[in-house]
Amino acid sequence: MTILEWMKDHLVFLDGGMGTLLQEQGLLPGEYPERWNLTHPDVVKQIQRNYFDAGSNVVNTNTFGANTLHFSASELDTVIKSALEIARAARECSTGQQPKFIALDIGPTGRLLKPYGDFDFEEAVAAFAETVRLGVKYGADLIMIETMNDSYETKAALLAAKENSSLPVFVSNAYGQDGKLMTGASPAAMVAMLEGMGADAIGVNCSLGPEQLSSVVSEYLRYASVPVLFKPNAGLPESRDEKAVFDMTPEKFAAQVTKEIGAGVRAVGGCCGTTPAYIKKLVQAAGDLSPQPVMPKHLTWASSYTHAVIFGDEPILIGERINPTGKKRLKQALLEQNLDYILGEGIRQQEKGVHILDVNVGLPGIDEAQMLKSAVCELQAIIDLPLQLDTSDMAAMELALRYYNGKAIINSVSGKEASMRAVFPLVKKYGGLVVALTLDENGIPATAEGRLVIARKIEKAAASYGIARENLLFDTLAMTVSADSAAAAVTLEALGRIRSEMGCHTSLGVSNVSFGLPDRDTVNSTFFAMALSRGLSAAIMNPDSVEMMRTYRAYRALCGMDDNCADYIAYAKEHAAAPAAVSAEEQGSVLQKAIVQGRKEQAGLAAAVLLKTIPALDIVQNEIIPALDTVGKGYEAKTVYLPQLLMSAEAAKSAFEQIKLHMTAYAGQAGEKCAVIVATVQGDIHDIGKNIVKLLLENYGFAVTDLGKDVAPEAIVAAAQKINAPLVGLSALMTTTVPAMEKTIRLLRAALPSCRIVVGGAVLNREYAGRIGADRYAQNAMETVRYAEEINGAL
Amino acid sequence: MSQVQVRQYDPLPFDRAEILRYAACRQNGSAEMTAVLENCLAEVQGTLSGRVCFCEFAIRRTEVGLDLGFLQTSSEDLKKNLQGCDRLIVFAATVGLPIDRLITRYGRVSPVKSLFFQAIGAERIESLCDSFCADMQRIYGQSGYQTRPRFSPGYGDFSLTAQRDIFRVLDCPRRIGLSLNESLLMSPSKSVTAIVGLSQKKEPCQKRACGACRQKNCEFRRM
Repeated sequence: MTILEWMKDHLVFLDGGMGTLLQEQGLLPGEYPERWNLTHPDVVKQIQRNYFDAGSNVVNTNTFGANTLHFSASELDTVIKSALEIARAARECSTGQQPKFIALDIGPTGRLLKPYGDFDFEEAVAAFAETVRLGVKYGADLIMIETMNDSYETKAALLAAKENSSLPVFVSNAYGQDGKLMTGASPAAMVAMLEGMGADAIGVNCSLGPEQLSSVVSEYLRYASVPVLFKPNAGLPESRDEKAVFDMTPEKFAAQVTKEIGAGVRAVGGCCGTTPAYIKKLVQAAGDLSPQPVMPKHLTWASSYTHAVIFGDEPILIGERINPTGKKRLKQALLEQNLDYILGEGIRQQEKGVHILDVNVGLPGIDEAQMLKSAVCELQAIIDLPLQLDTSDMAAMELALRYYNGKAIINSVSGKEASMRAVFPLVKKYGGLVVALTLDENGIPATAEGRLVIARKIEKAAASYGIARENLLFDTLAMTVSADSAAAAVTLEALGRIRSEMGCHTSLGVSNVSFGLPDRDTVNSTFFAMALSRGLSAAIMNPDSVEMMRTYRAYRALCGMDDNCADYIAYAKEHAAAPAAVSAEEQGSVLQKAIVQGRKEQAGLAAAVLLKTIPALDIVQNEIIPALDTVGKGYEAKTVYLPQLLMSAEAAKSAFEQIKLHMTAYAGQAGEKCAVIVATVQGDIHDIGKNIVKLLLENYGFAVTDLGKDVAPEAIVAAAQKINAPLVGLSALMTTTVPAMEKTIRLLRAALPSCRIVVGGAVLNREYAGRIGADRYAQNAMETVRYAEEINGAL
Repeated sequence: MSQVQVRQYDPLPFDRAEILRYAACRQNGSAEMTAVLENCLAEVQGTLSGRVCFCEFAIRRTEVGLDLGFLQTSSEDLKKNLQGCDRLIVFAATVGLPIDRLITRYGRVSPVKSLFFQAIGAERIESLCDSFCADMQRIYGQSGYQTRPRFSPGYGDFSLTAQRDIFRVLDCPRRIGLSLNESLLMSPSKSVTAIVGLSQKKEPCQKRACGACRQKNCEFRRM
């Protein structure tokens, strides 16, 4: 019998603490417990046997930290081999009569993944994969991924388990007192991601006692369609005679955990501070209970690394602005690999109120897979909205799905056989909600009935891959009403029928409907309102459209989704104030003043007004540069502080953005100064200083290429050679990364002797900079600007 | 040595003067600047939590330097700091990852906010360490001990590689969600590891570590 077969009709009893028991036997802090498989096999075996004797169905191997980060390849093999041998021996000599299984235990690596740590996602997958392969080789019955406090690392471990074994996988996370993982995920976000990837049981362990974790467990029970497991600590630690002791007795612990069985938990055990005595009490207290059935929840949802977005309760807005189609500025940003612009678009849409971001970076001449991966990684570093991955390039889709930290929306599949064959395996493997277009090899049916037939075909095909229908988000395709006056009606009818007859959720790219018509916003928002009233679940839309946002707010108020119409009233108030009219002459001084005072929005608005009458370069020369100079000189004279300098720089940047929008060809034209490359050196992840330098250099008209942080010397040299850069700026904060800076300088000197090098960062001073071979040490960003101007003048 | 213990702290009120000092302002700036700072403070409010894990060791003096129980060191500066001490506390403290997300997020769109979040994070973690050290003074004071100013790897000639030993003995990732990367930086970044000496005799000592630091022309040095 397998664990999954046993689990169908029975409660599963897991084991209790291991580390705390080994410490009692003499394991020292800092010593790897897994090594005791080799040095103290009898101690480990006795503990595991005691758990089996106490009634555990599943006992974990002593392999919590057994991975390639802590052990050499050969030692890891021996450690895991002996771990399985010990657990089997414990099982064989146990007197317990219950079915007994051995779980390969996998804990976190202790390293934090990028971007906030330095551990690459694929490296993490590879590290877990090795442990999984050895566990499979030496005969584990299932895999237990546990005590994970980061959703991303959890994903890496689960992916490794799925890719390297066919064993059942249980996944358990460690939540803090705030009910979230250390890196921010809510229980719902974890359930969405883990179920999507095919975990067989999911749940909660460690960190707190059963009472404190009760609310997290109820979230799991509320959302999960797979069995939920629960392994809390023996209460909270309290310090007694300089020893940490847990405050719950076995009886109290058993009573509390048994309550959760009544609420629906299917697998129970303990973590830190629990012993075989706790498990014995638990088995006695719960042994006669029959498990509550696991009910499928049929949720249509996506998730980010913090939260889940559920379709059906309220209309969902999917921001469409990260898509180069028809957007010159974004195209230019993509060609320049300027991710800052894309991130800015993401943040802006979030601030406007969208719930999900569509991400499309497809453009001829770029490596779409790499670009989409980068965009996903950078977006999820700073924006906590779920992402909708929008590409027809399946290699790009798969790479982005791997790196995505959550359950993504996949845009899209259609009724075409080839499309379903390519997309569904990815949905099955990585999890995901997939936008299903109601078209097939014969095109888009002219009737609602035709679109429904395709929807049903897609539903059936998805089922054959094991993908439940709630993971399909049907798009009945908004067609241009100016070309066919029945187009909108057919789309709406199909959408209504999918909602009512199939019970599935829908999404629409709303703005297609108005192509070729004047005042498109009015048509779009009216169509949007009509679609919402037919049951539309989500719209892919432009949150900059005031009409669309108004319709959305009003719809919520009218449908009773907005208590006291509070959101609507707040929104209407915010958008009522009309900007005061100011003449162009006045705007000139307004712009200068806005920059000097650091007023970002005002600077942008003033520049936009000026651009209507004054050539862009004149604005730069006569308004922006003089204002920046005033502030820069103040900073050098110490009458202006760094934050004020930055506020002015940001205000100038927002004026420059208007100028760039006005003439996308601005970059590289007259007025632009020489190229400068900036980077934080390898091993260092501090980039605030580098970002400040970059901003000021850009303000002063330099063509800056920002290579980012933790950049390899070779990559900096290659970038400098590629554009024959006259100046490279390097930053380092840590003494440990100065050797990387020195190496970069050495390689640059050999490869590009004409290139000047300026360095900065907390760890450096003038003398030190000279010793590692830099041309100049800049104590602050203004000094870098002054040096760059020197170089530019000498060219 | 004692067992490793964990403590949680509720945040104290913000010290705006300290935050401005970390943001390289010696006194109040413009009204616009203050408004930005207040926005940042409002955004960060409620997102940070303080966690500390720690453990106590006996100190042995050896021919080459100090045996701290979890680490051997020949650091002269640390030796000076621990003069007269026979025990020590080693601790790791963090205010968590949300501040890193804010620093990074605004690093892409608003360097000034990023700078302020950086400064807020610095003030938060220092305030957390102050609370923890005050607790230790209170607890150990009862048995006649006096605590020394905290001393971190990287101060003076005390090598940053001590980070590895501290992380090994405290098991920071599991206890407080703090990890160490290859270049010995910590994530979350607003975190501190340090040693606090415990001595039985009253000795005059500088309250702040600035006085003990050899970097005399530091921009952030307290006057």
